[in-house]
Amino acid sequence: MRQGALTRRLLYWISVAAGLLLAIVPLPDWLSPARPDLALLAVLYFILTSPRIAGLGSAWLAGLLLDVLRGMTLGQHALGFVLVAFLAHRAQLRMRMFPILHQAGAVMLLLAVYHFVIFWTDGLTGHGYTGWNRWLPVLSGTLLWPLIVAAGDTLTRRAR
Amino acid sequence: MVELSHDSRPIIGRGPPLGATFLALALLSIGLMVADVRYDQMARVREWLSAAAYPLQVAVDLPFRAWDWLTGSFADRSNLRRENMELTGRLRLANLQLQRFAALEDENRRLRDMRENSAGVADKVLVASILNVDLDPFRHRVLVDKGAADGVFKGQAVLDAEGIFGQVSQVHAETAEVILISDAEHAIPVQSTRSGLRTIAVGTGDSGRLSLPFVTVESDLKVGDVLLSTGIGGVFPRGYPVAEVTQVERSPAATFALVDARPTALLDRDREVLLVWFTPPPASEDAPAAPAPPDEAPPAATPAGQPAPQQEPPQ
Repeated sequence: MRQGALTRRLLYWISVAAGLLLAIVPLPDWLSPARPDLALLAVLYFILTSPRIAGLGSAWLAGLLLDVLRGMTLGQHALGFVLVAFLAHRAQLRMRMFPILHQAGAVMLLLAVYHFVIFWTDGLTGHGYTGWNRWLPVLSGTLLWPLIVAAGDTLTRRAR
Repeated sequence: MVELSHDSRPIIGRGPPLGATFLALALLSIGLMVADVRYDQMARVREWLSAAAYPLQVAVDLPFRAWDWLTGSFADRSNLRRENMELTGRLRLANLQLQRFAALEDENRRLRDMRENSAGVADKVLVASILNVDLDPFRHRVLVDKGAADGVFKGQAVLDAEGIFGQVSQVHAETAEVILISDAEHAIPVQSTRSGLRTIAVGTGDSGRLSLPFVTVESDLKVGDVLLSTGIGGVFPRGYPVAEVTQVERSPAATFALVDARPTALLDRDREVLLVWFTPPPASEDAPAAPAPPDEAPPAATPAGQPAPQQEPPQ
């Protein structure tokens, strides 16, 4: 039992770290605006499946690391992460019961909230970019959600 | 009445309530943001945090560098020969020009010394390579592999072989962030080589285009004009190419012409850039220029074919 929890904790941190790495891997220019927020999706997946491991503190830390890696205003992504994590924790018991497409819809809402926070704080700190393509990650993240769930379930099956 | 909690963590050892944790962390993030934007002291915190992020950035950069190295070391012989011949040819040409430049530079320095103004010429450069790391797709910034340890400072000018590239916007221990001249938040004072017209080139967020928003309709600027850095402001060394005018649109009804220019530096293709140290021009030279409007004052004072007078603001 304890062994399983430990493995899951390890898996959680590894997948968040992988998500953070993939957030700065260079992509071709046309694809780069649509880069999905894999670190946030990983945090979301673990909040839904093992809320005791994925707390708000770890989500906040992941967001802060993203700020540092991408050289953004410190605390910007951290705020987005902690807000999304909080909402997901609140809705966790309901969300994990949703059919997958329904769940993807809920994830889309959360991603929209996240990107709104980033957009808003960008505007407040004077970096406002209002092009439509800054909302593309919401779409790509939603489309990717079923795959994330499938991959996550395969990975964590052993550690249940 | 028993109510099912929405918090599925166990009752014992569950820590502070969810809402309180959220509030504390959210306030902490907002505090961090305010501190980062408003106060300079955060630079040290950021430097410390960036040191933690550095291994991750190197880990991302490494496979790309290894691939470059691999393709480089297995490049076939004919390729290398061709490249070698080309480079030899260019070197011969450059040497030829250099012989002339040496004399010109001497003369220039003498003339400048006579006017007690030899500042603004680059005197030390350091080659830095760009890390293969994507920052925000909507801001034109790159990470280079030289930082505070190499003496890099905030606001330092960055050049490439073809012209002005950008300036250092943040210094970390081992890396530095460079803002490109094409970033929408960047502006650089420039001067046309042909007419001597001085104005400001602003980034557009498109790496192939700068915009010159403060050029009046009557100003003497043509497609093909080369814009050089002026050295005003003390950030960039003077006399390096910045951009070439690609489009001038004059509408008689408007006060300002629509002018676009293409940066001469290879902003989106560079792998290596140069960090430049130079003695900034003394403040006394700057003072009369700073309050002047970015566009050369009255258009009537800039007739074509009279480039010399604008070199220096009248004393």
